[in-house]
Amino acid sequence: MTHEHRLRFKTILMVLLMVACANLGDLMLKIGMLQIGAVHLSGRGIWQALLSTIHNETIWLGILFLIGFMFCYMTAVSWADYSYVMPVGAFGYAVQTTLAVLILDEAVNAQRWMGVSMIVVGVFLVGQTHPNTTNTKPVTS
Amino acid sequence: MIKVVLMLAFFIFCTTGGEIAMTHGMKQVGELESFRPMALFRFLRNAGKNSWVWFALPLMAAAFYSLLVLLSWAPLSVVIPASAFNYVVGTFGAKYILKEQVSPKRWMGVLMVFVGVALVLATG
Repeated sequence: MTHEHRLRFKTILMVLLMVACANLGDLMLKIGMLQIGAVHLSGRGIWQALLSTIHNETIWLGILFLIGFMFCYMTAVSWADYSYVMPVGAFGYAVQTTLAVLILDEAVNAQRWMGVSMIVVGVFLVGQTHPNTTNTKPVTS
Repeated sequence: MIKVVLMLAFFIFCTTGGEIAMTHGMKQVGELESFRPMALFRFLRNAGKNSWVWFALPLMAAAFYSLLVLLSWAPLSVVIPASAFNYVVGTFGAKYILKEQVSPKRWMGVLMVFVGVALVLATG
């Protein structure tokens, strides 16, 4: 396996993990905020919402998944470009929309699905490009 | 609707600023060599010493709370695609701040993602 193939393989693997963690995290956050209710834009409203989120277990589960996302993201951008890692993760929007329909019963019409399809095609195009255009140095100390 | 758009703008500003600062910091930290405990410890220790990483963290925290507020106001299938406006801002940031090379093919891909997200948003 050449260096470029190895780089592409490990980047894609890390991005897949990143997307799984991000989608599950966002889903848990949405469920948590459904339990808490709409945040009122006032000092008292924001403070109360902050306290409610701190005491909500679903929000904390979401945060755990997002910590997993953060680790995968930090690892990926240490060897691959930001402008590669960020768009490649976009197919997570298709996964997220599917989760919103299946789990939250959100109504998604044909136009929204078309938009999601365009995102997936865009992601495919982005995935064809070289994942690193700048030099990185390994950790030595 | 205006409050959603304003909160979304704040969210995008914090997210993109945080991600660009984090990427800049992680490039200085260097590549993770292996997943062995000592290598992981060195990697995290070096990241913890980097000022760009510490600059990125409050921005990412603000982005997180504004995401929670947005999720309390609008459906998941609207908020998450709306957050993809980051792609436009972020790619320009990558090109002009991080000095990354962005190929025409990649620009095309990013543009298609953007149009797709715009279509999704139009249904919201």
